[in-house]
Amino acid sequence: MSEEIKWEKESDMPLMAMSLGRMTVNKTGSWRNLRPVIDKEKCNKCGICWKFCPDVSIEIDSEDYPVVILDFCKGCGICAVECPKDAIGMVKEA
Amino acid sequence: MQKVMMGNHALSWGALLSRAEVIAAYPITPQTEVVELLSNMCADGSLKAEFIKVESEHSAMAASMGASAAGARTFTATSAQGLALMHEVLHWATGARLPIVMGNINRAMAPPWTIWTEQTDSIAQRDTGWIQIYTSSIQEILDSVIQAYKVAEQIYIPAMIVLDSFVLSHTNENCEVPDQDKVDAYLPRFENAYKLDTEKPAAFGGLTGPDWYYELRYKIERDIQKALPLFEETGKEFEEMFGRYYGLIETYKLDDADVVLVTSASIASTARPVIDQMRSEGHKVGLIRIRVFRPFPSELLRKLLSGRKKVLVVDRNISFGMSGAFYAEVKAALYNVKGRPPMWGYIAGLGGRDVPMDVIKGMIEQTMKEDHPTQDIIWIGVKR
Repeated sequence: MSEEIKWEKESDMPLMAMSLGRMTVNKTGSWRNLRPVIDKEKCNKCGICWKFCPDVSIEIDSEDYPVVILDFCKGCGICAVECPKDAIGMVKEA
Repeated sequence: MQKVMMGNHALSWGALLSRAEVIAAYPITPQTEVVELLSNMCADGSLKAEFIKVESEHSAMAASMGASAAGARTFTATSAQGLALMHEVLHWATGARLPIVMGNINRAMAPPWTIWTEQTDSIAQRDTGWIQIYTSSIQEILDSVIQAYKVAEQIYIPAMIVLDSFVLSHTNENCEVPDQDKVDAYLPRFENAYKLDTEKPAAFGGLTGPDWYYELRYKIERDIQKALPLFEETGKEFEEMFGRYYGLIETYKLDDADVVLVTSASIASTARPVIDQMRSEGHKVGLIRIRVFRPFPSELLRKLLSGRKKVLVVDRNISFGMSGAFYAEVKAALYNVKGRPPMWGYIAGLGGRDVPMDVIKGMIEQTMKEDHPTQDIIWIGVKR
C-alpha cells in the first residue's frame, strides 16, 4: 500500500490530477452508512462477494473466508445481494 | 514537392508529415475528406498510424484522449454539430493535459440545417482551454498542423486548427509540401512525460477537492499563456527551415494606418485588396488578421492598436445577447489602455453568406464616416 502524498504547493503536483501511487491512498470507508457483516456459519467460501465487489474491498483470508476491508468499503451492499447463502448482512454504522 | 490540394487534404497532409500515430475521427460534411484521405494513407501504409473508427464525435475525442494519454501523437477532425457533441470531452482533454491536435471546419450551427461557413461552432468552445488557430490559406492549414503539435506538446495543451467551410476546406491551392526529414527535424517524436505506463501505475483524473482543483486550473492558464511566445518562437524556427512565418497575428499595411480593420480567416484574405484599393484612394487604412484566438494575443493588440484613430472588427460569428466574439475580446484587451481607439463591431457572412470586397469596403467607409460607435452590433446586409 502506497503512502499518502502530501503536497505543499502547486509545483509539487503533476500537471493533471494524477495519483503518484495506486488508489489505495484514497480511503473511501468513511462514505459508508451500512457495513457488511459476514456470517462464517453460513458462508460456503464461494468467492462471489470477492468477485462482485466493485471497489476490490474484499480479500480472501488464509482459511478462504472473505474479509471486508473497511478502509475502502463504501457499503454499497452488492456483496450482500449477490451472496447465494445470505451470509452477508448490512448493519447500520453508528 | 509542390501539390495542388484542398484545405481538408492539407489537414491530412499535415497529420501525415507530423507522423500522427493514432487517428480517431467521425466523418461530417464539410470535414469528410480529411478523414477519407487519412484512412487511405493508413490503408496504403504511407501513414503508420492506428485508424480508429468510432460511432460519434464524442467517441472520436474520447478515443483520441486515450491514445494521447498512452503517449501517441493523436489527430482528429470535425465540424459544427460534431464539435458541439465533443464539448464535454474537450474540457476533459485540456484538464487531462493531452496535446491532441484537431482540425475544425467552421460550419454554421443548426437548425436550420446548413453546411456553410461561420465561426460560432469553434467560438462556442473558446472556454474549453484549447489553443485555437484561425487559418486563411491552404498552405497555412498544412503548416499549422505541424506548428500546432510543436506548441501543444511543449505545454501539454490541446490545439484546434480552424478553417472556413468550403472557402478553405474545399478550395484547391498550390501547396508546398515540406520534406519529411525536415519536418522530423522540426518536430521530434513526442515523449509524453505523464503517459499511462504499466511499469508506473497511476490513476488519472481522480476526484480532486477544493484543496487542489484550483491549483490545477491555475497551471492550465499559466501554461496556455506560454503559447503566446511559443507561437512566435516556433514560427521563426519554421521560417528558418521552410521559409514561411506564422505568428499570433498577421498585419497588412498597418504602420501608418489611422483606421485599422481587425478580422480573421478568409475575410482577412478578401480584405487585403480592399486595403490596397482604399490606400490608392488616399485613405490610411490597415489590417490585422488575428490568427491565434486562444490564447488571445491581448498584449500584442494593445501595442498595435492603442493610439489609432478608429478600429473596426468584423466577426463571422455571434455570441447571442452580446456581440461578435472577436469584437468583444479586442475591446476587452484594450479597455485599460490610455488612448484606446473607438471600436466598431460588424457581423457579416453568417451561414456562409459571401463577404465580398465591396461589403468590406462599405464597413470601413461607414466607420470613417461616423464619429463614435452607437451600438454593439452593426448588421451588414440584413434583408429588411
